[in-house]
Amino acid sequence: MAAVLHSAPRIASNEGVLDTLTAALGAKVVTAKEEHGEIVITVARGEIENALRALRDEHAYQQLMEIAGADYPGRAERFEVVYMLLSLTKNHRIMVKVQAAEDTPVPTVTTLWPVAGWLEREVFDMYGVLFEGNTDLRRILTDYGFEGHPFRKDFPLTGYQELRYSEEEGRVVYEPVELAQDFRSFDFMSPWEGAEYILPGDEKASETPAPPPVDEPKTTDSAKDTGAGAKTEEKAADSKSASPPAERVSGGAEVEAPDPTEDRPHRAPRKGGATDTKSATEVDDDK
Amino acid sequence: MSGLQLETSPTTGDEEITNYTINFGPQHPAAHGVLRMVMELDGEIIERIDPHVGLLHRGTEKLIEYKTYLQALPYFDRLDYCSPLGMEHSYVLAIEKLLNLEVPERGQYLRVMFAELTRICNHLLNMGSHVMDVGAMTPNLWMFELREDCLNFFERASGARMHSAWFRPGGVHQDVPLKLLTDIADWCDNRLPELFGDAMSLVTDNRIFKQRNVDIAVVSQEDAIAWGFSGPMIRAAGIPWDLRKSQPYDVYDRMEFDIPVGTNSDCYDRFMVRMQEVYQSARIIKQCVAEMPDGPVASTDRKIVPPKRGEMKQSMEALIHHFKLYTEGFHVPAGEVYVATESPKGEFGVYLVSDGSNKPYRCKIRPTAFSHLQAMDFMCKGHMLPDATAILGAIDVVFGECDR
Repeated sequence: MAAVLHSAPRIASNEGVLDTLTAALGAKVVTAKEEHGEIVITVARGEIENALRALRDEHAYQQLMEIAGADYPGRAERFEVVYMLLSLTKNHRIMVKVQAAEDTPVPTVTTLWPVAGWLEREVFDMYGVLFEGNTDLRRILTDYGFEGHPFRKDFPLTGYQELRYSEEEGRVVYEPVELAQDFRSFDFMSPWEGAEYILPGDEKASETPAPPPVDEPKTTDSAKDTGAGAKTEEKAADSKSASPPAERVSGGAEVEAPDPTEDRPHRAPRKGGATDTKSATEVDDDK
Repeated sequence: MSGLQLETSPTTGDEEITNYTINFGPQHPAAHGVLRMVMELDGEIIERIDPHVGLLHRGTEKLIEYKTYLQALPYFDRLDYCSPLGMEHSYVLAIEKLLNLEVPERGQYLRVMFAELTRICNHLLNMGSHVMDVGAMTPNLWMFELREDCLNFFERASGARMHSAWFRPGGVHQDVPLKLLTDIADWCDNRLPELFGDAMSLVTDNRIFKQRNVDIAVVSQEDAIAWGFSGPMIRAAGIPWDLRKSQPYDVYDRMEFDIPVGTNSDCYDRFMVRMQEVYQSARIIKQCVAEMPDGPVASTDRKIVPPKRGEMKQSMEALIHHFKLYTEGFHVPAGEVYVATESPKGEFGVYLVSDGSNKPYRCKIRPTAFSHLQAMDFMCKGHMLPDATAILGAIDVVFGECDR
């Protein structure tokens, strides 16, 4: 393990703790690891209550500080419930995890710590993980009558319902979300460092384009193959473009200036003609 | 008031009042925000409390999943808006732990110093509103004056009075002038003890204040542990547990300070623990100022900490780093950490899951108020209705943090 450079809270040494705890929990442990200085033990879902009881009573992890949910939609059991335990006497922290799906309840730990009541309610509210044995599994953070579980990865950030105070009805009304502009998701992830999407235009780069299917390859060995010849020239002579737009007939009636008004007094017409600009547009042969 | 049920007594034939239910909040000045408590009362005795939280739920944790690590930082100021820097502290430490990033000493000292200033600021507000909840007006006004000084210090350091966004992964955003350090030390030496002492002299021995707080909501040590108490709430129960001491982060291990503990575990003890913490925090601040080393205030790892603007205009490489860090942001190695610091209100934790990209995969925030507020029911049981405000004031709850 690399040297610790960061200045995050320093707890008692992790040394040997992982082995001791995995040995003590025995068959309840699914996986156990130590990464970034954190001990994470995944236990079987049905055994979570027994495992935490053993940790509390025999290994002096007296406090349950937090229960966090997390959603990994790619997995068969998509949710993780993470219990953060703190030992006041050993000055140590561990995380204990279980995995769960929408329809597989996790045994409650309100029997061990009363504080688990609200923490489990929050995970239920946000992710829809069920806790078997929690007698008060109501929603906690979302609105009264809210539907869905907002922290799931497939729940849109903007949600489905919005509410406002309606002046006409004199009460708060709920309406489907209407975005004044499309939801903007800025992704500045570098395409060279693990962006998963394909840049516009790059979709063609990966596939090698197959040659177009033709019966006989096209050759231009003889003049006939090129399509040139008297017949083509004749056809080309037929398709004349329309005649250019008529030049303004000079010598016609000059456009007169409008009658003078108070604001715009009469002025003598300019000398010289605006039509005499040929020299300005002529190609200079010297260059 | 609802659900008033009248029953006829079988013996006397008189109508007698049975338990009734009232709503405390959601708009109540003593609720310290938007808290709705459904109370079941027997006369004036509280039988049961069901706190309804979440009226200020903004889905911060979900929003953070859609932001880069740096963009998510200002959300932390808006959690506990009474102690913004305390919230940032946990978050930046969590990122640094995943990155295993070293913070220069001056950066660590500045963070500790301003975290303690935040603690003073938070306690001033809480104690002021606590005494106001039980009927005293003057100390609150006096302490607001001190709080104003604190906010001015934050403004001089970061440019913002409340939502500083000053702690950054790798250090702090910008250095402070020497004058600010001396001014803060001067303030801790003169103005704070004088004004704070004056305000406290009105309260601590006040007969009315004691009648409202002593022996109210006594919580045993076992209960405090089982209900997940932390911070002044657990220390008032006589457990000398302070993460700054037991699990030191930044340079707290070099600081000399005492942990005040209560003896009685009632509302009065909670108040007194906070009051003593103000003096201890002032001690830490003065040590920070005295020991403050010179040097950079943030890591010089340019793959994580952006260069200053001045440098950016001179150096092409700095320009590239600046651009990349403010658009794409830095990538954090995959993994998960739970980092908890001693915020003014207790253990404030951040459970950060990274998938190796530039945005957090999951950022669970452990609010201090959640577990304390949950204990309202058993703390209030058997107490009178007006005691509920004293108990709530002594919990020190802020709903930006509780509801997230």
